Amino acid sequence: MNPVATPFFFYFLSAMALISGVLVITRKNPVHSAIALIFTLLSLAGLYLMLYAPFVAGVQIILYAGGIMVLFLFVIMLVSVSRVERESQFNKQWLVGIAATAALGVLFILVYAKGKSVFPERTVQLPEQLNTQQVAVWLYGTYMLPFEIASLLLLVAIVGAVVMAKKRI
Amino acid sequence: MLDYVTGYLSSNVTPGQAGNWVWALIYILLIFLGISLAVMGMVWLERKILAHMQIRLGPMRVGPHGLLQPIADSLKLLLKEDIIPENADKVVFWLAPLMVVIAAFTVFIVIPFGPTHAVTDMNIGILFMLGVSSLGVLGIIMAGWASNSHYPLMGSLRSSAQMVSYEIAMGLAVVSAVLMTSFNAGGSGTLSMIGIVQAQAAQHTWFAFKFFPLGLVALFVFAVAMVAETNRAPFDLPEAESELVAGFHTEYSGFRWSLFFLAEYTAMLAVSSIAVTLWLGGWMRPFPSWHGPAITIPNFWEHAAPLGAVDFAFSLVPAVCFFVLAAFAFIGTLRMPKHPLMKIQKGGLGALALVLAGIGLVLLIPPVRDRIQDIFWFVAKVAVFMYLYIWYRGTFPRYRFDQLMKLGWKVMLPMGLGVLIATAVVGVLV
Amino acid sequence: MVPITTLHYLVVAAALFVLGTIGVLTRRNVVIILMSIELILNAVNLNLVAFSRLYGLHGQVFAVFVITDAAAEAAVGLGILIAFFRNKETVNMDEVDLLKW
Repeated sequence: MNPVATPFFFYFLSAMALISGVLVITRKNPVHSAIALIFTLLSLAGLYLMLYAPFVAGVQIILYAGGIMVLFLFVIMLVSVSRVERESQFNKQWLVGIAATAALGVLFILVYAKGKSVFPERTVQLPEQLNTQQVAVWLYGTYMLPFEIASLLLLVAIVGAVVMAKKRI
Repeated sequence: MLDYVTGYLSSNVTPGQAGNWVWALIYILLIFLGISLAVMGMVWLERKILAHMQIRLGPMRVGPHGLLQPIADSLKLLLKEDIIPENADKVVFWLAPLMVVIAAFTVFIVIPFGPTHAVTDMNIGILFMLGVSSLGVLGIIMAGWASNSHYPLMGSLRSSAQMVSYEIAMGLAVVSAVLMTSFNAGGSGTLSMIGIVQAQAAQHTWFAFKFFPLGLVALFVFAVAMVAETNRAPFDLPEAESELVAGFHTEYSGFRWSLFFLAEYTAMLAVSSIAVTLWLGGWMRPFPSWHGPAITIPNFWEHAAPLGAVDFAFSLVPAVCFFVLAAFAFIGTLRMPKHPLMKIQKGGLGALALVLAGIGLVLLIPPVRDRIQDIFWFVAKVAVFMYLYIWYRGTFPRYRFDQLMKLGWKVMLPMGLGVLIATAVVGVLV
Repeated sequence: MVPITTLHYLVVAAALFVLGTIGVLTRRNVVIILMSIELILNAVNLNLVAFSRLYGLHGQVFAVFVITDAAAEAAVGLGILIAFFRNKETVNMDEVDLLKW
């Protein structure tokens, strides 16, 4: 089945991702930023679907939007101080920061302009129906060791979060 | 036009797979209408069943036996004043109920009501369902925070902690069911909802009874986690009225409140559908591989084809159910008091009896009978879960928050992990 | 309209990356800085998945790893934030200027 109206959906989703990305870094209230970030994450999940990566899209929704963002909102509510909104939102190095990132952006553009010929024009036709199985084969085959290390990393993160956040252990 | 309709009816894929967006839209509309009606019916049934459990009568005034109560309720909710608190965050306050409702309804895109009766069939079906249903918690947190009030904030904090904790146990139970799909002859599992039911058909068993008792334990973990996920009794801490007024929707009123209400019942239907699809054979009737001796039924619409006697008997069940309901309504009509004021009610109940009997007759027509069976069995199994929800509410006392967390992390999570590992080990050995 | 190529996705990813970097470098609120880091990780993910259409599934596998890392990072970061808030009653990054007190 061929996807319908690919350019339209691409521009719609990426515009949504970028606009809410701008909202994330400009809102005063962290809850508004978090909600904007949720929209960025969801539109990125849509982009993954367009790239024939349904498994990554599903993981993105379930882990990012349903897990990590809940954690963020939870913590924002725990530490919410109304004083924060009245303070200045940007630190004193914002001019340097923006200049540095502008330089980074120019670098990206230059690389893409020069490197256009580096990317092969062909696209690998990934079978969408078998995507999950194939990702699993890679994960439990070639990438077995990184996978186990990732599980260890999660364990360390859990212990670390408990040690940091709990008053008396 | 008629050709178009009949042409679709004989196809054997879902409209989403066929790329047929007209039928996909029709399915979406039908599902939306069906869910809304089911929620209205659920409200009435819940009040009635709870009342009978407590030896009361429940709603009796609006319509015969309170049958029109849901309509009166929804009218009241729509006409109520819609208040937005002064210091609430307007945008988030407005966005939160929408988010909850959309998350609850989107799940139904992949639920298979029959081999072809689903909007579409995704190859990440169950992952999609879990992900989208987990978005509902975001709406609840947003509602609690935007109200700018203490009870809703406490309620939403409780709710998010509870839903995130129980999601893990739920996910592990689901994974053990998905693992069972891979013990086919072909040896490849699937995440697609239709594929999961077909795997149960291929293995000639419902997954609840596979590797006894592993399937049942997984179903138990899921059944507990799904009650916690939908914030229903006995895990209704986020809206515990004795402690938090109404939890996260304390500040909501009128239409917005009814959206939360709709979303709660829709989410209940959604998770029950997941449980039915994963463990109770989805659209399959009980004893799907027991056909019985072949008999030939004289058939006026089609050529007479030999048919298993058991198949035939089960295909009559939907019509019989409607006849029984019609009989109840008819007996109710006869037992109404002979008072001039009861005349309208009597007429209404009699008309309902006739309509139910008419639906029963329509269900006897062979083509309809064949098509409607799947949906009937699916809905009947979901109805069992919905009755269980009401039963829990009438029976169990509410958990304390630390007990809830202890149950989630120290009982349900290890149980889910154990079932997953045991399923894998048994599957490799057998 | 022009067909959507890999380059389109890369440009979107680059824009998201730049947005995230601006957020990390200029904001004071720690929560928003953490969210900007999530933006950066997502830009990387989009890049990886876009490349997986050119070179096979490795990109998607790495995207899964990056999401795992993001979860770990969020958990530890927010834990540190809570500990910090408990001690100093603020969430501003430029007030984190003591190694010990």
